[in-house]
Amino acid sequence: MSRSFVTLRSLEGFKFYGRKTIVHNLDPRAKALFITTVFVVSLLFTNLYVLLGLLIVHVPFLLAAGVLRRWVYSIRAGALLAGIIFFANLLTGSGVLPALALTVRFLVLLTTFSLFFMTTSPDDLGLALDRVGLVRWLSRRWLGFPNALSFTFTTAVRLVPTLAVDAQTVIDAQRSRGLELDKGNILRRIRNYVPILIPLLLVAIRRSLELAEALEARGFPGREDRTSLYELRFKASDYLLVLGSSTVLAVSMWIFVIHPVLRLPF
Amino acid sequence: MILVEDVSFEYPSGRGEALSGVSVKFEPGEFVAVMGENGAGKTTLAKHLNGLLRPSSGRVLVDEEDTRRTSVARLARKVGLVFQNPDHLLFSETVRAEVAFALHNLGYAGKTIENQVEKTLGSLDLTRYADVSPFLLSGGERKRVALAAVLAWEPEYLILDEPTIGQDYLQKERLRNFIVQLNSQGKAVIIITHDVEFVAEAKPRVVLLSKGRVVGEGPADRVLSDADKVASASLVKPQIAKLFDQLSRFGFPRDVVDVHRAKQLLEDRLREVSVHV
Repeated sequence: MSRSFVTLRSLEGFKFYGRKTIVHNLDPRAKALFITTVFVVSLLFTNLYVLLGLLIVHVPFLLAAGVLRRWVYSIRAGALLAGIIFFANLLTGSGVLPALALTVRFLVLLTTFSLFFMTTSPDDLGLALDRVGLVRWLSRRWLGFPNALSFTFTTAVRLVPTLAVDAQTVIDAQRSRGLELDKGNILRRIRNYVPILIPLLLVAIRRSLELAEALEARGFPGREDRTSLYELRFKASDYLLVLGSSTVLAVSMWIFVIHPVLRLPF
Repeated sequence: MILVEDVSFEYPSGRGEALSGVSVKFEPGEFVAVMGENGAGKTTLAKHLNGLLRPSSGRVLVDEEDTRRTSVARLARKVGLVFQNPDHLLFSETVRAEVAFALHNLGYAGKTIENQVEKTLGSLDLTRYADVSPFLLSGGERKRVALAAVLAWEPEYLILDEPTIGQDYLQKERLRNFIVQLNSQGKAVIIITHDVEFVAEAKPRVVLLSKGRVVGEGPADRVLSDADKVASASLVKPQIAKLFDQLSRFGFPRDVVDVHRAKQLLEDRLREVSVHV
């Protein structure tokens, strides 16, 4: 299997596929609170067991969402960086366990983002963002319309897979013309990417211009009180996740304040 | 010869097999059209022929060389693949540099590169654009530059992915003549397309793909006039075939797909009729 193929395969670990599982159906706001909790807790503690626990918490979610295999792709993508983190910490003399803990922390963050993006549709995410008053206010100030910012974000997320497909096609096209990406010294290798990046950039620019025209043709951004076809509603499972996450968050904060032992060294 | 033996392939996104148990053979000097609906696996098959994709099971042999054990750059010398959208490969400052790019990659000598570039530009009527940026050209011209960029090293097998998309009728006609001319010079040409009218006039051997399987194979007039086969690949018969379907009750054969043979048959009949009158 060629290397370029593997690189893009790692994107699979962050790409959304529409499926109907309990995890996919969770409200994006509840999921956002969940990953915020994981994020905060993993940064509060350097204890290996806490961090391993956080990693294990994700397993039932990954299983229920049926994305375990694709999660492995994202981990494989992060393997090199994880290795660097481990050895850098080991060599700076922090000992095996702390080095391991920091590596696990990286994996936790990778996993939680991977899970979030694999199971949350860009549409739902946009709807959720559009409910946040701060986003609407900022958007009105900078772009003149309250929903322009959330739309920009949704579009960016949505275009990632499309761009990945384009990138693969460009790589394939240039390899068909005898381009060997991993040939030559480091300078040569960087130059090898010019024939990939130029077409990719041009395709992306052309696509965004077309998108802008198509949007204007359909009356975007419309009126202030624009409604949406789908409304987000909290279900029992969402309340459960919010309750669980906020409890863990609160308890962690409490432990962090009264048990300085577990505190970060900075 | 390119031998595709019982090839199955699944993309890592895991939405089922893109190819399942495909076996086809492409002979040197042959003219073949691989046809089928969108998502039938045509492009996936094309990418197997120069090793861009390697089969999950089965094997592809290019002149007895297994694609799994050879680099794409090595296979590319024999098998030239022209992608559908020229925007995915054009990047150079001039058309000349664009056409020379692959020749540099494949390690040709300076003098040979110059000669090949001039020759290719000439054959595709691009000489006057040699020093122009490819991005300033029209869609059809860019498509010709993309073709020139592959043709330059004269691969033994030339694969064209959807060559007729975005081309107007006149350009299609020219493209067809060019392909026929290339083929008569001994190059194997494999076109990936769902343009039945284009294929009907060019009359290559046809390989019909549907949902990753080969559902029909044979001469264009036989395959494209076969209602069941054409439907199984979600295609529509060419217009001439539809016409002769209706004329069959007057004793005309059904397997007519191109204007030339249609004209012949109708002319003969008209002569007969006028003799009787």
